[in-house]
Amino acid sequence: MSDATTPDLTRKGGQNTRELAYRIGFFTCALLSVLTTLAIVLTLLGDAATFFSEVSPVEFLTGTTWSPANDPVNFGVLPLITGTLVITFGAAVIALPVGLLTAIYLSEYASDRARSALKPAIEVLAGVPTVVYGYFALVYITPALSVVFPTISTFNALSASIIVGIMIIPMVSSISEDAMSAVPDSLREASYGLGATRFTVSTSVVVPASVSGIASSYILALSRAIGETMAVTIAAGNTPRLVDLTDPAGIFLNSIQTMTAAMVQLGASDVTGQSIAYRSLFAVGLALFVITFAMNLISEWVASRYREVYR
Amino acid sequence: MAVETESEGTAFGEVSRWKDVVFEYVTLAATLLGIVTLGVLLAYVTVDAVGWLDLQFLTSPPHPLPEEAGLFPALVGSILLMVLIALITFPLGVGAAIYLEEYASDNALTRFIQLNIANLAGVPSVVYGLLGLGLFVQLVNFGYGTLLVAGFTVSLLILPIVIISAQEAIRSVPDSLRQASYGMGATKRQTIRNVVLPRSLPGIMTGTILALGRAIGETAPLIMIGVPTTVFGVPTGLFAKFSAMPMQIYTWSSYPDTAFQYGVVSAGVVTLLVVLLSVNSIAILIRNKYQTENST
Repeated sequence: MSDATTPDLTRKGGQNTRELAYRIGFFTCALLSVLTTLAIVLTLLGDAATFFSEVSPVEFLTGTTWSPANDPVNFGVLPLITGTLVITFGAAVIALPVGLLTAIYLSEYASDRARSALKPAIEVLAGVPTVVYGYFALVYITPALSVVFPTISTFNALSASIIVGIMIIPMVSSISEDAMSAVPDSLREASYGLGATRFTVSTSVVVPASVSGIASSYILALSRAIGETMAVTIAAGNTPRLVDLTDPAGIFLNSIQTMTAAMVQLGASDVTGQSIAYRSLFAVGLALFVITFAMNLISEWVASRYREVYR
Repeated sequence: MAVETESEGTAFGEVSRWKDVVFEYVTLAATLLGIVTLGVLLAYVTVDAVGWLDLQFLTSPPHPLPEEAGLFPALVGSILLMVLIALITFPLGVGAAIYLEEYASDNALTRFIQLNIANLAGVPSVVYGLLGLGLFVQLVNFGYGTLLVAGFTVSLLILPIVIISAQEAIRSVPDSLRQASYGMGATKRQTIRNVVLPRSLPGIMTGTILALGRAIGETAPLIMIGVPTTVFGVPTGLFAKFSAMPMQIYTWSSYPDTAFQYGVVSAGVVTLLVVLLSVNSIAILIRNKYQTENST
């Protein structure tokens, strides 16, 4: 794209049909992304609408039992939502502080050499396939945890939370670091001039100045944790269970089921095209899509605020 | 750094060198936490794979006996799927990026498309699986768990990443080159083909290959579109059922047998990571070659 200072030398009016054809062709490619979103919405809405004509949305949203395949069938999504929240909470406890501290180290403390080695190393965390993370949680982390918590189940929310937390660290750290790098050096120099240490500059100047970028990274990371599928399916198991807040330890030490894990379980089973269990898959998918899409939009909106500030 | 405590006040309250040093180590520890954890897990899985990851494992079909189980159909399936995805995403992703960077004016429609692409990149992969199931399996009827359905589904999934990275590569081509081309009387199409694309191609390739690396690890969409858990042969065509490495790992990880849990699956995980690493190193090689060419 040409900016304001360079003159636009493209020929005007001289566009022949061939030029126009190319333009239309490239536009179609770009339009495909909008069509994808549209297709997702229509696919989910279509089958979910049939589902909701048989199961009332109230029953779906307030029911406390999820058993789509076995008699009696129940389609209460609450156990799946609370299961998802448990994993998201557990992952957030790890990834949000660790990711923020990582961003502070990379932006304020690390030498150029250390940064150029550590940044790609952290990015690797996001590149490992989630099925591999699930396997790690099941066969290495859970046995290690059973030393500390002897009552832990083979499938449990704790090891799934830990592994999801580790895999979303890069989402927090890279966006937060971008926001911190965007803080002008003049602010840092001003506070150093007042006799501040790096600690004070980091916590009293850089972090407050980049707070909207950090918030945006937090929302995006939580959205990723909600949508994470394979790690929670393999490590947390498939026990749809309404969370019992009176037993905090039991929540994390036992098996739960998230929305995504329930979808995988239904998808892998032999539910056929016309059954109600098949349709419930799309209802859960719609709920998941709406939640994550809203969070991504909010994150984008919050991020656009920090981009404005220092221009 | 000397540890000392200063008592004089500043605008920020008491200045503490001690706190500063501790904080530096805390942030460093946080930075290393994920890396070290992953490193330890990788060391464990590599040690467990020793003795299992051999030629027999790479060339045999799956088998109920751990000693005879192999990854061959899944390995071939993953590679074929990757080639198919590359063929679909490369032209579409580059086309969309060219439109957004070279043609689109900064209006509401462009901003909407841009926001839409950013949001699609954050849609959970399992939802893309439902899209594939509803659109390509039920509506278009390409068949449950076929190579073609998987290719289209995962292509749509990684397309936003390909577009965003291709846009960055195209944006990095200096405007002066475009102006020079127009100055010679070239049309927009000629400028894109002869100036913009050759210059941005290494960057586009790097981004696309990294996205393909993500594609070979995707599991959830494959489960949703009905890719079979165990396949004994290699796919014979686009409409053939197939398996992929992450599917095989997912299936094996549910076997209670410890010889599977700490042997066969470890070998599968190491194979998947080695393929992933090879794909990513190709991307890095292209990037490095491009950087040296640019500096000379």
